[in-house]
Amino acid sequence: MEATIAASIAVQGLRKRYGTTVALDGLSFTVQPGQVTGFVGPNGAGKTTTMRVILGLDSVDEGSALINGRPYRSLRRPLAQVGSLLDAAALQPSRTGRNHLLWLAHSQGLTARRVDEVIESAGMEKAARRKAGGYSLGMRQRVGIAAAMLGDPPVLMLDEPFNGLDPEGIFWIRGFLRSLAAQGRAVLVSSHLMGELQDAATHLVVIGRGRLVADTSVAALVAAASGGRVQVRTTARLEATAVLAAAGATVAVTDVDLLTVSGLPSQQIVTLLGESSVPFSEISGHRATLEEAYMELTRDAVEYRASDESEPVR
Amino acid sequence: MTATMTPYQSAAPSSGAGFVQLLHAEWTKLRTVRGWLFALALGAVLIVALGAGSAAGSHRGCGGGPGGQLSGKACAAANAPPTGPDGTPVTDNFYFVHQQLDGDGSITVRVTSLSEQAPGAGQRPQGPADGSVPWGTVTVPWAKAGLIVKAGTSQGSPYASIMTTASHGVRFQYDFTHDVAGSDTTVSTTSPQWLRLTRSGSKLTGSESADGAHWTVVGTATLTGLPASIQAGLFVASPDYDVVDDHIVGTATYGGPSRAIATFDNVGLQGGWTPSTWAGSQFGGDGSGPLGPPGSRFTQSGGVFSVTGTGDIAPAVGDPDNNTIGGSLIGSFAGLIALVVLGALFITAEYRRGLIRTTLAAAPDRGRVLAAKSVVVGVVTFVVSLAGCLIAVWLVGDLRRNNGFYVVPASASTTARVIVGTAALLAVSSVFALAVGTIVRRSAATIATVIALVVLPYILGASAIGPLVWLLRLTPAAAFAVQQGYHRYSQVDGVYTAAGGYFPLPPWAGFGVLCLWTATALGLALYLLRKRDA
Repeated sequence: MEATIAASIAVQGLRKRYGTTVALDGLSFTVQPGQVTGFVGPNGAGKTTTMRVILGLDSVDEGSALINGRPYRSLRRPLAQVGSLLDAAALQPSRTGRNHLLWLAHSQGLTARRVDEVIESAGMEKAARRKAGGYSLGMRQRVGIAAAMLGDPPVLMLDEPFNGLDPEGIFWIRGFLRSLAAQGRAVLVSSHLMGELQDAATHLVVIGRGRLVADTSVAALVAAASGGRVQVRTTARLEATAVLAAAGATVAVTDVDLLTVSGLPSQQIVTLLGESSVPFSEISGHRATLEEAYMELTRDAVEYRASDESEPVR
Repeated sequence: MTATMTPYQSAAPSSGAGFVQLLHAEWTKLRTVRGWLFALALGAVLIVALGAGSAAGSHRGCGGGPGGQLSGKACAAANAPPTGPDGTPVTDNFYFVHQQLDGDGSITVRVTSLSEQAPGAGQRPQGPADGSVPWGTVTVPWAKAGLIVKAGTSQGSPYASIMTTASHGVRFQYDFTHDVAGSDTTVSTTSPQWLRLTRSGSKLTGSESADGAHWTVVGTATLTGLPASIQAGLFVASPDYDVVDDHIVGTATYGGPSRAIATFDNVGLQGGWTPSTWAGSQFGGDGSGPLGPPGSRFTQSGGVFSVTGTGDIAPAVGDPDNNTIGGSLIGSFAGLIALVVLGALFITAEYRRGLIRTTLAAAPDRGRVLAAKSVVVGVVTFVVSLAGCLIAVWLVGDLRRNNGFYVVPASASTTARVIVGTAALLAVSSVFALAVGTIVRRSAATIATVIALVVLPYILGASAIGPLVWLLRLTPAAAFAVQQGYHRYSQVDGVYTAAGGYFPLPPWAGFGVLCLWTATALGLALYLLRKRDA
C-alpha cells in the first residue's frame, strides 16, 4: 500500500444560505482519484452550488473546498488542474465552438493544436466551425466536455453532462468517464437521475437539502438496498416457513405461493428445503436497482414530496 | 478496490498562464464575434461619415470677386480671417484718425465721452442697420476709444494701444491677444480720461492720467516687426452688440453691428514726433454701408475730435461653424455610441450567457480578468478611433475647404492633441462602459447609463452658455474638451459654446474628469466582482 494520497477534491463543512433558504448545510465529502464519483441528489439539493463553491465562483458562509489541498482561486493554471462543465448553455451564440475553445486555450497558454485534439476526442469535428447558437443541447454538452479536457486535468467536474444527450451520447459519455477514471483521474459527475450513473459511477455522494445523505461505493449501496432478500416459490407454504424460520430466517408471505426470505443466503435455503423434502419451484435473489437504492436513501431528503404540496403555505 | 491509483498527471505543456495569456484570450474573444467587429467598424465609419456628411452638405459662397464668383478653395482662402503676428485669426476693423510718424515719440489725448448705439436697441431680434430702424443707446462693454500705433496698413499687423472702454476701464492692449488692465474708470464729461502712448524703438508704453499731469504706466510691450515709420493716432471701435437668452436647452442669441461715438481733445505729439494733418479712414473693410460714408465719421473743430467707429481689434471668436480641427470630428459622439455598445457587451454578454463563470474558472483572479478586458477594449477602440479620426480630419477639412469654408489652421501639437485625445476619449469611454457593465450586468441598462452620462451631457451642454455648461465640467462628457478649438479671451465678449469649439475645461483637465469617472467605476466593478457570487 502506498502512502495515502490527498483527496483530489475535499469539501469540508460547507454552509451557505441565500436569505432564509439554506443551500448548503454542513456538507463534507471527498472525491478520490481513479474512480467516477456520482454526485446525486434531487433538484435543488445543492449540487450546482457545491460545484460553484469548489470552482471559487460562489462564496460560502462557512467551510472550505480544496483542490489537491489548495483553494481554487489560488490555482495558477486552473484548467490544467480541474476541468469543469457547469452549464452547457453558457456559449456566445455568434461564436463558433472552436473559437470558444480557442480563447479558453489561450487563457491557459495552450495552442490551437490542443483545441483540435479535444474537438476530436469529444467527437464534434463537424460542428466545431459552426456558430454555437445553432447547436443542439447534446452538441453543447460535447463542447463543454471538450473545454473541460483542454488542460488535460487530473480532476474533472461535470454538472449534469447527460442532459440532452441521445442514448448513443449517453453510452459514449459513460465509456468516456470510465476511461478517464481508469487513467487515474478523479471524476465528479452530478445527476438528479441515478439511472444515468448506472454503469458509470463506482462511488456515490448523495446529498439532499444541502446535507450529505450517503458517501458510499455503488456496490455497497446496492447490496444494502437489496438487503439479502430471497424469493421462494413453493406450493408447501407452511412447511417451508417452519423450516426456514427454525433456521433463523425472517419469512414473509408475499403471495399464495411466494415467500420473501431474509437473513439466509439462497444457497443455504436450497440446502435446508432439500433436506426437509419441502417442494419448491423457484428460488431467486432479489437485487435492487441503483434507482431503487437511491429512492430508499432519499425518501426523507427529497425536498418536494407530494405531501408537501398539501401543507399550508407559510 | 484493491489497486492503488497513481493520480493522473496533466500532460498539458507547463507554459505560463499569466496576464499576457489572459490578454490573448480576451482578444480572441473579441475578434471571434462578428457583431463586435461590426460595432468597431461602425464606430470608425460614423466618426468619418457624420463629419463628412455635414461638411459635404454645407456650402459657402463668395461675393463676386474681380473675376465673378469664387468657388472652392479660392473662396475658402477669401473667407480666411486675417491673422495676427502669432498666427491667431483676428478681427482688425476700426476707425482710424492717423498720420505717419517716424522714429521715437509719444502721443497724448484726453477722452471726454464714449457712447454706443445699435439699431432698434433692445429689440429681439435686433433691427436691421439700414436706417429703417432708429439707432438707440445701448451698452457695448468692449467698445473702445483711444490711441494706437500700428505697424502697417494691412489687417493683422503688429500694434500697441491704450484705450478707455465702455465697461472695462482703461486697457493697454497689443498684438490682439494681449490685454493689460489699467484703472477702472468710465469716461464721461465730468471724469475725462487722459491717455498717452510712447514709442522708444520697439518698446511701446501705455500710460493713463486723470488730470494730464500725474501719469501712471499701464503696460509696456516690445513689438517685433515694427518699422521706423508707423501709423499712429486715435481709434474707435465697437464690437457686435449681442443679446443672449439662455434657455433650459440651448440658447438664443440676437446681435448685430453697433457703433461707438467718442470725443477727444488735447491731442498732442511729443518727443521726436512732429505733427502734420490728421486723416480719418476706415481700417479694414470698406467702411461703407450701414454706418454711412467714411467722411461723416470724423469731424474736427477747435481741437475737439468726434469719431464714430465700429468693429474690433481682437482675436477672432464666435465661429458658429466651428471650422476647427475639433469641428472636423463632429461625428466622434456617434462613433462613441457604437464603441460604448461594444465595451458594454464585452462583459454583459458574458453575464447574459453565464459565460462569466467559464471566464472566472479559467482565470480566478478577478482583478486580472477586469484588467485584461479593459486593456483589450481600450487598445482596440483606441486604434479604431485613431484611424477614424485621422481620416475624418483629413477628409472633412478637405471637404470644407472645397466647399468654401475657411478651416482654422492648427499647430502640429494641437492637431495631435485633438486626434489622439479624441481617440483616447472614445477608448476610455468604452472602458467606462465595460466597468459600468460589470457593475450593472445588463446590456440595455449599461448602454443607457453610459450614453446618459457621456453623450447626453455633451449634446445638452454643447450649445449652452448657462448652468448647463456645468455638464461639461462634471460629467464624463467633460472629456470632449480634447477637441477644444479656440482659446477663450476675456477681452472679447462672444458666444462661447462647446458647439462653437469652446469647452469650459482645458483639454487634458476635461479628459481627466472622464478618467476619474472610469477609475471610480472600475474600482466599484472590481469590488463587486470579488464580492458577488458569479
